[in-house]
Amino acid sequence: MAKAKKESSSAVADPACAPEWSDLLEEMIFIRRFEEATEREFRKGKIGGYLHVYIGQEAICSGIISALNPGDAVFCGYRDHAQAISLGSDPKRVMAELFGKAAGISKGKGGSMHLFDAEHGLFGGYGIVGGHLPLAAGAAYALRYQETDRIVVCYFGDGAMNIGSFHEAMNMAGLWGHQGMCPIIFVIENNGYAMGTKLERHSALTDLSARVQAYDIPTEKVDGQDIFAVRGVADRVVRQVRETGKPYCIEAVTYRFSGHGAADILQPYRPKEEVEKHRQRDPIVILRSRLAEVCGLSDEDVKAMDERAVAAAANAVRFAEESPVPEPEELLTDVVAEHGPHWVREDETD
Amino acid sequence: MAEKSYRDAIREAMMEEMDRDEKVLILGEDIGVYEGTFRITAGMLKKYGPKRIIDTPIAEAGMIGTAVGMAMFGLRPIVEMMTMNFSIVAADQIVNHAAKVRYFSGGQVDVPVVVRGPQGAGVQLSAQHSQSLESFYGHFPGMHVVAPATPADAKGLLKTAIRGKDPVLFLESAALYGMKGEVPDDPDFTVPFGKSRVAREGKDVTVVSYSRMLQLSLQVAEKLSQDEGIECEVIDLRSLRPLDMDPVYASVAKTHRAVVVQEQWKPYGAAAEISASITEAMFDELDAPVARVTGEDVPMPYARNLELLATPHGPEIIHAIKKVMYANG
Repeated sequence: MAKAKKESSSAVADPACAPEWSDLLEEMIFIRRFEEATEREFRKGKIGGYLHVYIGQEAICSGIISALNPGDAVFCGYRDHAQAISLGSDPKRVMAELFGKAAGISKGKGGSMHLFDAEHGLFGGYGIVGGHLPLAAGAAYALRYQETDRIVVCYFGDGAMNIGSFHEAMNMAGLWGHQGMCPIIFVIENNGYAMGTKLERHSALTDLSARVQAYDIPTEKVDGQDIFAVRGVADRVVRQVRETGKPYCIEAVTYRFSGHGAADILQPYRPKEEVEKHRQRDPIVILRSRLAEVCGLSDEDVKAMDERAVAAAANAVRFAEESPVPEPEELLTDVVAEHGPHWVREDETD
Repeated sequence: MAEKSYRDAIREAMMEEMDRDEKVLILGEDIGVYEGTFRITAGMLKKYGPKRIIDTPIAEAGMIGTAVGMAMFGLRPIVEMMTMNFSIVAADQIVNHAAKVRYFSGGQVDVPVVVRGPQGAGVQLSAQHSQSLESFYGHFPGMHVVAPATPADAKGLLKTAIRGKDPVLFLESAALYGMKGEVPDDPDFTVPFGKSRVAREGKDVTVVSYSRMLQLSLQVAEKLSQDEGIECEVIDLRSLRPLDMDPVYASVAKTHRAVVVQEQWKPYGAAAEISASITEAMFDELDAPVARVTGEDVPMPYARNLELLATPHGPEIIHAIKKVMYANG
């Protein structure tokens, strides 16, 4: 996305007025507009399968990924569009992936749930809730084994904390951390629901940080709607994990403004008033207001950002729409490196 | 060439690969301090240290999943399953993650992870510890499934697995660990996947098998040759996926009869796939329907007499061979 920014004229001494914050605001606005565009295109039938948007949780993605170095690796679940954009994937190619086009970042083979962009540090995009946690812990081990100072960030929701692979990965990360061999930040995106099942109904112990501490991994709870808070924790934790090779967990308390997936229209599991109440704490509004208050960010500045975001999202949609679908031959590539498949549904004896 | 056991061949393959490539490491339950339930990794902790010989908790999804992550980041992990039965605990990590991440990422990562360990019945380990999983894993695209029948193949195929770019389910036969055979000394000796082998030449019946049942089939073939002058051509598949059927077809073109032998259950088993492939490709060459010799369709019992009834033995193979020859009296 465009990183155009301007110097604020007032209160430049406040660290909150560093140009980076307005960049992050613009990124979050773009993520919001991008996600809204995906919802529209899903309803038009241009995007198939499942679609899980990040609206309401933007500060967690942008606040942590902006604290990383190039070469660091991010794993996440299927609510993964924002991570790709934050990491610097081309939004046009992200949208093309959702459209199932050859120009998609996974060649149109993964779709919304499996965004993957190794060049920019995104290592998936996984569709089995909690299934990616062991992979992320193993990646962290590999990075330390190879004596790099790269670290891993692994995003997952509160709903992922009840599956076996969560516990097995946490325990092994805790153990490997004792040897300084697991530089990973686990990020719980605690949006209060495992799909439609409320935290109190899916977790016997609702203090999620306490559950992580059981694996000797230090945790810290942060207001996931406030990017200043998220980034503040991230800066410190990223440095610490990089230095020590020990895992750390950030529990970011948040709320998803949209349904679980694009097909979750009725949302019978949560009252409208609850959604409205949480919408009052919009991470974009919180950052915008702070920048307006302290740094003199003007409505015009914000409007310009929003216009750029809307245009860039529309541009991504246009690109995706106009891109060609994958060639039929692509069906059989990337299955394995050697001894790949051939067309089995044609009768070879004809 | 030197005579070595199947067990030592596996051990040697891993150690030679660890010596030549620092990216190779091993994870598993009690492989280090305890030195391995089957002692395949004995002494390795001392030689390679705890960063490369990783004792894990009893957590198969954890150890296989972390190994997949390591493989995606440039290492070549080998995960030892105490028995392959336990890999079912990690089925999601194997079939949903290891086998699919290359594809859904559009080919952005290699996943050179080897999951290896013993499987099969025969020593009264009963229902949860006696299974054979080649058709279960062989069903999924995105990985290779290998089942060696000899010490030389165990070594050569394992080296191919470790040096490759894809997930490999390396299914060892617990009953063959003590079996001895000639193994080439060359440290670069490898056996490619997808190359079936004619283990014994013959003109009357084609017998197709792999792993321990291949050895049993060879014994039966010798007996039939001596006792009754029936000459079986025995084909060792070596890898179930990729599956190399060409030597099978060539053999059936000569014998016009085929028997497939496997230890696992009959429904949806490897023999079903092989038999169907023969029928599809060679229908006009066949003088009899392809016969299957398999285990009984029950969980493995403990009692020795019942276990013997549940697994294939020589007489069943002989019966099947004579059946396709219309020679059962």
